Amino acid sequence: MDRGLILDVRDASFRYPGAARDALAGVSLAVSAGEFVSLLGPNGSGKTTLVRLALGLHAPHAGSAAILGRTAGQWPRGALARAVGVVSQREDNLFPQRVHETVRLGRYPHLGPWARERDEDRAAVERALQRCDVAGLADRWLWTLSGGEYQRVRIARALAQEPQLLVLDEPTASLDLRHEMELFELVRSLVDGSGLAAVFVTHDVNLAARFADRLLLLAEGRVRAAGAPADVLRRDIVEGVFGWPLVVSSFDDRPQLTPLRRQP
Amino acid sequence: MKWLVLSLALLAALLAAVTLGPAAVPAGQLFHSAIFWDLRLPRALLALLVGGSLGAAGASLQSLVRNPLADPFLLGLSGGAGLGAVLAIALHLGGAWTLPLAAFAGALLALGLVFRLGLVGGSALDPRVLLLGGVAVGAFCGAVTTAVVSLAEASALRNAYLWLWGGLSGASWDTVTLVAVYVPIPLVVLLAAARPLDLLTLGEEPARYLGTDVAVTRRRVYLAASLLTAAAVAVAGVIGFVGLIVPHLGRALFGGRHRALLPASFLAGGILLLLADTLARTAVAPRELPVGVVTALVGVPLFVLLLRRWTAA
Repeated sequence: MDRGLILDVRDASFRYPGAARDALAGVSLAVSAGEFVSLLGPNGSGKTTLVRLALGLHAPHAGSAAILGRTAGQWPRGALARAVGVVSQREDNLFPQRVHETVRLGRYPHLGPWARERDEDRAAVERALQRCDVAGLADRWLWTLSGGEYQRVRIARALAQEPQLLVLDEPTASLDLRHEMELFELVRSLVDGSGLAAVFVTHDVNLAARFADRLLLLAEGRVRAAGAPADVLRRDIVEGVFGWPLVVSSFDDRPQLTPLRRQP
Repeated sequence: MKWLVLSLALLAALLAAVTLGPAAVPAGQLFHSAIFWDLRLPRALLALLVGGSLGAAGASLQSLVRNPLADPFLLGLSGGAGLGAVLAIALHLGGAWTLPLAAFAGALLALGLVFRLGLVGGSALDPRVLLLGGVAVGAFCGAVTTAVVSLAEASALRNAYLWLWGGLSGASWDTVTLVAVYVPIPLVVLLAAARPLDLLTLGEEPARYLGTDVAVTRRRVYLAASLLTAAAVAVAGVIGFVGLIVPHLGRALFGGRHRALLPASFLAGGILLLLADTLARTAVAPRELPVGVVTALVGVPLFVLLLRRWTAA
């Protein structure tokens, strides 16, 4: 096994109970340390299903999904939470919480049911707050944060887990331009700075092309294209997947899409 | 500091409970009187244990079903316990322990039914189904209880009716000992689940990603909290609002971490019920109000305040 290989999904297929077609059919995704991979695809193309499969919440009907060489579904949840940090699509706090309180929850996978927080836990929380540039917000209530600040806090909580893989499921949905850029830059810097592996699910094809090392483009549960941004974001491929005419240009040596108007 | 205040409040409430009462006992003779040793002290200790159980059960159930308005009795236990008690009375079953045992059996039956219903969708108890199942089972038990009451003779049922509103007059050293041995077991189970409960307040999926086995946690917490409530209802009847209000007071004072919240809710629940029972014994002495009436009279205004704070935020 490649020593740097962290996530390894191979030819995985999955069908939801009662569904007429496979949600995923023969999908492979390998992510190594220090790699930033972005999952792209239209709504319902299987991105979130692939994430859930990779994290062992669904078992593939065919193929395999492994994290650090161990079948994803066989990881005890506590041990998995020390290896993988996830910023899920949805989360709602039942009771009000402060920023430092929610980030401290990221240390729970490292603590037994009766253990007290140790110095190293407090240090990990502090480091995570610093790296996501939210240390100044530590005492704020979560509901007073802007959308972008809140997502950075959630990434800080995932970093407090001290994972080797960070999975983000549409973290930039409903963020404005600046906050979206800040988030992509944050994840890029985390990957470059610490050898973290990142899987970033997003609808922002252009920013994914700018920041990610590799892209995986899904359509109807199948891999339509995978690899370097310039190999994936080709006009014929992307037009077919999204069903919309567009042109591909280049910026900073990365492909950029501009959708065309059908009615000029 | 907060813990010190809570402990002092507990001492003060205990002191009030053992010194106040319809029978005047001179302060100097308090420790030599049978009223203190045989009546007031066991009753005060039972109030503490029952109130504490309701407080801790309420705090954990609110996080479990993800509903801040959940109460230990919302999940149908009061209906089951009431049915058990009324059946025991209507069937003229004798013996000092019959009523609590019948109520406990009824509560366990309701607990089992709701638990089974909650598993319909899979191994992870669905909180929404738990809530709906609890309401359905409670309503069903309530209907059967009313049927039994309407068919039985009136005299016996005044007792049943009063019992349903809660009271600690049945306290004895035997009940105190039994409850004191029983209560720590589910309490320790809840405390062991304190961190998973913190995570569950974020939602099911984030809790999983932070290392919680959601199915196991939900089953343990539901069973432990319900067993606490079943014991409370068996020895003291249905005492409302303690399990609803106390966790919110606990959260306001100690924050949302269950490691602090559960013990704080236990203490605060104990204090609240001690005070309510002292009031129930003394307000209309020599007669006595059902303590559930007092907790409701105090609890409803508090609850309204709580709702106002909520809608304002």
